[in-house]
This record gives sequence, structure tokens and C-alpha cells, in this order.
Amino acid sequence: MRSRLRLADLLPVSTAGLRARPGRTALSILGVAIGIAAMVAVLGVTRSSQAEVLAQIDRTGTNLLTVANGKTIRGAEAELPVTAGAAIARTEGVLSAAATATVPQHVYRNDRIPAGRTGGLSVRVADPGLLGTLDAALVDGRFLDPALARYPAVVLGHYAAGALGIADVSDGPRVWLGGHWFSVVGILAPVDLAPELDTAALIGAPVASEAFGYTGHPTRIFVRALTSRTAEVAGLLGRAADPAHPEQVAVSRPSEALTARIAVTGATTVLLLGLGAVALLVGGIGIANVLIISVLERRREIGLRRALGATRTHVGAQFLTESVLLGAAGGVAGVVLGSLMTWSMATVRGWQTLIPAPAVGAALAAAVLIGGCAGLYPALRAARLSPTEALRSV
Amino acid sequence: MTPVLELRDVHKVYPGTPPVASLRGVTVTVHAGDLVAVVGPSGSGKTTLLNLAAGLDRPSRGSVRIAGEPVERLGDRQLSGVRAHRLGVVFQQFVLLERSTALENVATGLFYRGVPAPERRRAAHAALDRAGLAHRAGFPVAHLSGGERQRVAIARSLVGRPAVVLADEPTGNLDSAAGDSVVALLHDLNAGGVTIVVITHDERIAASMRRRVSLRDGLVVADTGGGS
Ligand SMILES: Nc1ncnc2c1ncn2[C@@H]1O[C@H](COP(=O)(O)OP(=O)(O)OP(=O)(O)O)[C@@H](O)[C@H]1O
Ligand SMILES: [Mg+2]
Repeated sequence: MRSRLRLADLLPVSTAGLRARPGRTALSILGVAIGIAAMVAVLGVTRSSQAEVLAQIDRTGTNLLTVANGKTIRGAEAELPVTAGAAIARTEGVLSAAATATVPQHVYRNDRIPAGRTGGLSVRVADPGLLGTLDAALVDGRFLDPALARYPAVVLGHYAAGALGIADVSDGPRVWLGGHWFSVVGILAPVDLAPELDTAALIGAPVASEAFGYTGHPTRIFVRALTSRTAEVAGLLGRAADPAHPEQVAVSRPSEALTARIAVTGATTVLLLGLGAVALLVGGIGIANVLIISVLERRREIGLRRALGATRTHVGAQFLTESVLLGAAGGVAGVVLGSLMTWSMATVRGWQTLIPAPAVGAALAAAVLIGGCAGLYPALRAARLSPTEALRSV
Repeated sequence: MTPVLELRDVHKVYPGTPPVASLRGVTVTVHAGDLVAVVGPSGSGKTTLLNLAAGLDRPSRGSVRIAGEPVERLGDRQLSGVRAHRLGVVFQQFVLLERSTALENVATGLFYRGVPAPERRRAAHAALDRAGLAHRAGFPVAHLSGGERQRVAIARSLVGRPAVVLADEPTGNLDSAAGDSVVALLHDLNAGGVTIVVITHDERIAASMRRRVSLRDGLVVADTGGGS
């Protein structure tokens, strides 16, 4: 002669209250959903962007080094020797090296553009070997070669080409560069490891010295080293570039900057996850609130169920199940919402959408847990209600 | 045979300032097949008595046995089991699940016995039929008249064939015609073998019952017409 609530009956009886008040149910689900969505989106976006950075490092390799002019002891800008590029190329462990130098000139669409409207574009001298050293690609046309370097020919960085309104080189476009017409012979694809090239117009050294008095001092040299000896080579480059003042040479490894970017996003992720957790907590409190009100409103029903033979446990289980269901529904909605947010963000940035499965699992578990915790107190109140008191209420 | 209800020297004191002694030593025994009216002025302890007999509350002193089970020795789980299996209760305010149909409401009478849903529905149909409301089975109870609602509540109380049906002022919220038909139903059911205890204010209804227990100030002042 035991009272018994079938598992198959627990679910419909627990959802009855939710179905009776769809608006309130939706709102309390929303609270948890926002918290979960925030956490899933943070993890998804972080993972997607990290994957993108890792792919960049992969594409460009970790064996690229750059050598730039550093500072003199007095803080002035140092100058790399004219021979630096050739000396570096001869260094042990270096596969290839290509020098570039900024030229104090500007490039315009044509000769009628006011001089001030430079569009943030720069003019640089580039070795013909730059394309190979950077492992960069062309969108159209060709790169500078020793012959072209003597003529007023220019290769545009990806952003620069767009800014100058040039999509391809088929109809022989020209640009107004430092007071001369230059023919555009090629357009670069974006260069991940040397983004400064995206906004540059690249010309050969001979034409630069002839037209603009370029003295041959490089400002930045790109170096491709043997992968296994990259660190060692980095240590040799200062002395090779400027034997007299190796301390005035700045050697860096661009892949390190990208790796650092991942570390930085890691710190931001923790902060954002914390905010998501706070939202989740607030959502849980919302569920608890709604359930406490529901218990008060349904006192008569609780009394009736007790009179029909429900134990305290049965009544408590009914409300606890209700709250776990609310949490779970919030979790599912949140995962869907967070995935959508990740997807749209990744799509806009051109990344691959990656949502870590453990994060989804953890989010759902957290939502159910929050639902369960939120339901404990209301369920206990419902279970503790005296049947006669409950039946007397209106 | 064991009595279906046995209250012996039952006291009930509600704590408070001052404490209210609602029952002050009530002894009543109800046997299978009885039809008992409990009468008395307002505040005499009738509802208190019913709550104790229904296992919804526990006496401050004295013993209550429901179908032979001593309430004072049962935990919440076991006492709930007694309510689920041995008792049917009818309230003055009906207390129905307003969003459900008549049939679903009657079926909840078997909900906490672990009876599967199809079987609950079959039994609910039979009980609704006994209450003369088979034609309203699929109606939402919110659409039924007061008399019909009370019949649903009565069908719910007897769907599990309890040892005793306890009704607290079942006609209190009904007009006299609807009230009379509910009383007639109770007589019918009793004739069919259902043991019934009815609390009522109405002298006319009380007079129609075989046995009358009169309460005053928490004490039984008369117990007339009982067969045994
Ligand atoms: N939960 C409670 N707390 C305190 N006092 C109570 C409680 N329930 C009932 N009482 C008191 O006990 C006494 C008997 O109440 P009870 O409800 O049993 O009377 P009744 O005979 O059913 O009256 P009525 O005919 O008006 O329904 C009353 O004085 C009432 O105020
Ligand atoms: Mg009363």
C-alpha cells in the first residue's frame, strides 16, 4: 500500500505548470539561455579565431625572421648598412633574404589628386626575391624582377590596389608615384606576416635611386631560415647585418607575435566567460523566483495532490523536475543561440566556424545544474507545505 | 471486521496565542457501509475532524486508525500511501485541475497509486458513469456547472474504490436543486456499497442520513442512528 508516482507521469505533471504559463516559462528560459549563449559564443569565437591564427602561422611558417633598423644609443633612428641584405643572405642557416626600404614618396590614382590625400599608402623599395622569401602570392600580374626593377614599374599591396581602384593589370593601369607615372605590373595577395606590405606600393631599387635618390639603406629585411635553426640564426643576424653596431639592429620573429595574440585572447576569454557565468547565475535566480511564485499560486493544487496520496518527495520532485527542465531548455536554446552568434561572427571575418564540443557539453551540464539548484528551495517549500494549510488557501 | 475509521479520544490543539483546542476528546467509529452525517455549528471542529480522518493532519493526542492503520505510527510516505489507496476526499470548493477535462480530473484519483495511464482512464470512465456524468467526460471542467463540478470531484474520490469517502460540505457551494442531486448521488453510492462520511450544515441533508454525529466545541454531543 505505497503511494507511487510513475516516471512516465512525472514529466507531464512537471510540464503542466510550464505549459499553463508560456510567457513566464519563455522568460525564465531566456535568462539561462542568454548566459549559456554568451559562454558558448565566447568559446566558439575564441576557438575559431585561434584556429585562424594557427592557420596563419602554419601558412607562413615559424622560420621567418625580420631584421629592421633599431635605435642608436642616443635614441635616433639607426640606419642599416647598404650591404646588410647581401651579408645576411650569406649567413649560415639562412635560406633566403630580401630587403625592403621605405621611400619618402606617395602614390596616387592619378596626377590630379591633391597631395594630402595619400590614403595611408606607402612607397617601398623591394628586392625581387621578396615574393619567394615571404612565400607570398600574387592576385594578378607578376612581381618585380631584376629587369623590371630598372623601370617605373610597381607592384601594389592588396589593400593599396583596392584603394587606388585597381582590380587587375590586364589593361595596363598606371599610378602617379612621386611625380612620375608608374605601370602597375602586379597585385599582391594579403601578406599575413608583413601586413605593412598590404598598404605599400613596391618599386625596384635602381629606379628608386634614379628617380628619388634612394641611397640603398634597407629599412627591413625579411629572412627565411632553416626551421630547425631559426632561433640560432636569429642570434647571428645582428652582427651579420651591421658588424660595427649589432646592438642597433632589431631582429624579430613574426610568428611569435601571432602566438602572443593567442595568449592575449586567452586572458580576454576568461573575463568574458566570467561575465557569461554571471548572466547564467542571474538566469538561475530568475528560475528560482518564478518557481517560488508558482508554488505560492499552486498551493491548492499541491494540497489536492497530497490529499490524493502524493508524498512530500513526489511534490518536491514535481517542482524540481520543472526547474531542471527549465534549465535544460535554457541550455539548449543557449547553445543554439551561441552557435549562431559564433557562426555569424566567424562568417563575417572569413574564419572557419569551430565550436568546441566539450564547451557545448559543459554548457548543457551547467544549465541543468543551475536549473536543479534554482529548483531546490522552491521544491523544498512545496514539499514542506502542510496539506491542510495548502487546501485552505484560495 | 475492522472499522474503516476509528478515532479514539482525539484531541487537536492548534498552537498559537492563545492555542485553539479544536477537538477535545472525540471518539467516533465508522464501519464499512456506513452513511454518516457530521453536523455542528461553525467552529465546532468538523473540518478538523475530517482532516484527521483523511490523514491530512495528525492529532495532538489520541489515536486515529484509517482502515486499521494507526496514523501515529506512519511516516509521511506510509500515510500518503494510506491516502492514495484507502481514502477519497470531496471538498466544498471542489478543487479541480481547471485546465483539464472531467475525465482527466477523475483519473488523477489514481495518479499516486502508480496505475498506468490507460488503466486510469478506463477506471475514470466507469467512475464518471457512476456519478452520472459520462456525457461530460471530455469537457474541460472550467466549462461545467457547479453541480457537475462536484460530481466530477465525487467521481474522483471513488475512482480507486476507497474504504471510505469523506466529504466536507459537498453542497455548500451549490444551489438547493444541485445540492439535492448531489445528496441523492451520495445515497445511491452508499446503496451500492460505498462508505461515506458527510460534513454538513444543512439539517435537511443530515436528517436524510442513517447516522448523525453532532459536534459542539470540539466534543461529540450526540451520535444517533448508528446500527451498531
Ligand atoms: N490551522 C488552524 N490554526 C488555528 N486554528 C484553527 C485552524 N484550523 C481550525 N482552527 C480553529 O479550530 C476551530 C474548529 O475549526 P473547524 O474548521 O474544524 O470548524 P468547522 O466546524 O469546520 O467550522 P465551519 O462549519 O465554519 O467550517 C475553529 O475555532 C477554528 O478557528
Ligand atoms: Mg469546516
